[in-house]
Amino acid sequence: MSAAVPRVESRRVLVTGLSTYWGGRLAQELERDPAVETIVGVDARDPRCELERTEFVRIGIQHALIRRIIDAAEIDTVIDTRLVVDSIWTPARAAHENNVIGTMNIVAACDGRDSPVRKLVFKSSAHYYGCERDDPAFFSEDMLRPHPPGTPIERDIVEAEGTVRDFAERNRDKTVTVLRFANALGPTLTTSHTRLLSLPAVPAILGFDPRYQFIHEDDIVGVLHSAVREDLHGIYNGAADGVLALSEVAGLLGKPLAPVLPPWGTGLVAGPLNRLGLRIPVEMLNQLRYGRGLDNRKLKAAGFQPRYTTREAVLDFAEHLRTRPLRESAREPYRYEREVEEFLRWSPSVRRPGAPGGERPPGGESKAQPHAT
Amino acid sequence: MVEPTTEQGRAELEEVLSAAPAGALARREPDPRELLPGLEPERRVTDWGRSERVEGFLDRTLVEFFYRYWFRVEVEGIEHVPGDGGALLVSNHAGALPPDGSMIQRAVREEHPRRRPVHLTVEHFFKGYPGLAMLVPKVGGVPAHPANVHRLLHDEEQLVLVFPEGRKGTEKLVNARYRVRRFGRGGFVESAMRARAPIVPIAVVGAEEAMPAFAQLRALRRLTGLLYFPITPTFPHLGVLGMLAYLPAKFRIRFLTPVRTDDLGERPWRDRALVHDVAAEVRATIQDNLYDMVGKRRSVWLG
Repeated sequence: MSAAVPRVESRRVLVTGLSTYWGGRLAQELERDPAVETIVGVDARDPRCELERTEFVRIGIQHALIRRIIDAAEIDTVIDTRLVVDSIWTPARAAHENNVIGTMNIVAACDGRDSPVRKLVFKSSAHYYGCERDDPAFFSEDMLRPHPPGTPIERDIVEAEGTVRDFAERNRDKTVTVLRFANALGPTLTTSHTRLLSLPAVPAILGFDPRYQFIHEDDIVGVLHSAVREDLHGIYNGAADGVLALSEVAGLLGKPLAPVLPPWGTGLVAGPLNRLGLRIPVEMLNQLRYGRGLDNRKLKAAGFQPRYTTREAVLDFAEHLRTRPLRESAREPYRYEREVEEFLRWSPSVRRPGAPGGERPPGGESKAQPHAT
Repeated sequence: MVEPTTEQGRAELEEVLSAAPAGALARREPDPRELLPGLEPERRVTDWGRSERVEGFLDRTLVEFFYRYWFRVEVEGIEHVPGDGGALLVSNHAGALPPDGSMIQRAVREEHPRRRPVHLTVEHFFKGYPGLAMLVPKVGGVPAHPANVHRLLHDEEQLVLVFPEGRKGTEKLVNARYRVRRFGRGGFVESAMRARAPIVPIAVVGAEEAMPAFAQLRALRRLTGLLYFPITPTFPHLGVLGMLAYLPAKFRIRFLTPVRTDDLGERPWRDRALVHDVAAEVRATIQDNLYDMVGKRRSVWLG
């Protein structure tokens, strides 16, 4: 399969989900890569981070008009970073729209012989495997979960990956990368796990000490970037080396482990806790019970060595937790202002001495309909 | 990007790898063993959840007591346990809360010149039961999933102890003692063949009298969510403590001549008949040795 696929030089990149944390981080990373000449980002909301030369196009959550952008800008690589994997931020219905319908439309936009797209990178999640009692200790990419998905988010992820898999089978001449990431951890990221680990004590289920594997946020960005630079064909688990017990994680953070959740009727207790502000999604309840480990050797064999081990990622996060109160008062949040952005990008008065994005290729942008919704 | 089931998937992956791989695979020739993450020296728990601290503490206290003074374990044939490389230890299994696993672990640690750690495969049940889920992995218990056994045997080259009788062994009542039950479906042989690791049969005498079960209560099993609910001399009337109150039976552990699995040709696990033959052979060896050992002992308690 991999032999038939020609090498893809990614020059014109489209990032979907630009306003998600990952989309923004990846776009910033790609901006520093001189081999990438054009970066277009689409999302339904304004970007939340400062971007130098990335074009932002606002587009509806279902990504129905994306095909026109791809054709107009002659995009050769599409990176889909928009999957919702944390069910506490998004209601199930909206997550389904985004994860299943959105993926369907994005994949459809890359489909077809005359499509300029040569590579599709899909950021998925280890929630694909679920978290069950009968799991193997280390999931490798060819393993299936022992039972069908039980939660809406997991169902969405399995369905979305199915769409991508169908696409890969129809388009064997295109490089299709699916990256299943373990729980992310890092100083600038907020997930339900980082929130849980920020509490004064780490909540646990009484009588369970699950195995936890993380991946540092910089490594996720690094993997996504290397999927653009090099061709990773197929499915890859993205996880750091090392699987810790939750008690070890708590120890590294210097916090006690608080077994506040009962082993039986955990879901019943999680409901009221939700109201009190301790929001634990269903997927996380399963992880707190059974834990999960991934086999990351396929990605390492392909040449990507994560910079942080799970332990180091936890330590980095611990460091951040200690300095956070100091930093928060100093930082000013970024706000996207269209007029300012457009002035900075287009005005001839702005000087761009030797910046990699200083020279803009003509055409493309005007056809891309920046105000399409 | 086909996604077959686990077993199928591995078979197909192997085909891809063995049949002159093309492109990315050929370029790098990945040996899965080289890419295993090393254990950071600061870590106290392995990636499997095994804790040297907890294990060492139990080893010095409870296991030491039972091994040396209570069961007075005697070991024969420790030289059959290889000094390096993976090996699958296969034993008979008995007792309501079976002591044989930790006694074999201890025997290898105590008697073997390399003092190798033994990973114990346990039912998935233990991962889902509060308390046990915390303790069992810490002392070297690993859920009995074929992928886990393969990683341990082949990639990490460890000693893995399996009880192919599984629950059928520990459930049996006292009048069925030393009658080795069916050896599952031969899954353990398949695992050893895939890893090209030898099988070391083990016959254990004593465990079957240390905690005999006189009856199994189905209603209470359902109520407690346990694997089974036996009536033993001390359980349930002495409560949780009764689970550890073993009778002082004399233990003998006999390690037997290893069965090689690396000389059976290419992919021998495809041959179901061969798998069953090897499984039956291992079972028969253990059963014969049990008859021999039980026949030679004069007393259950004094040996």
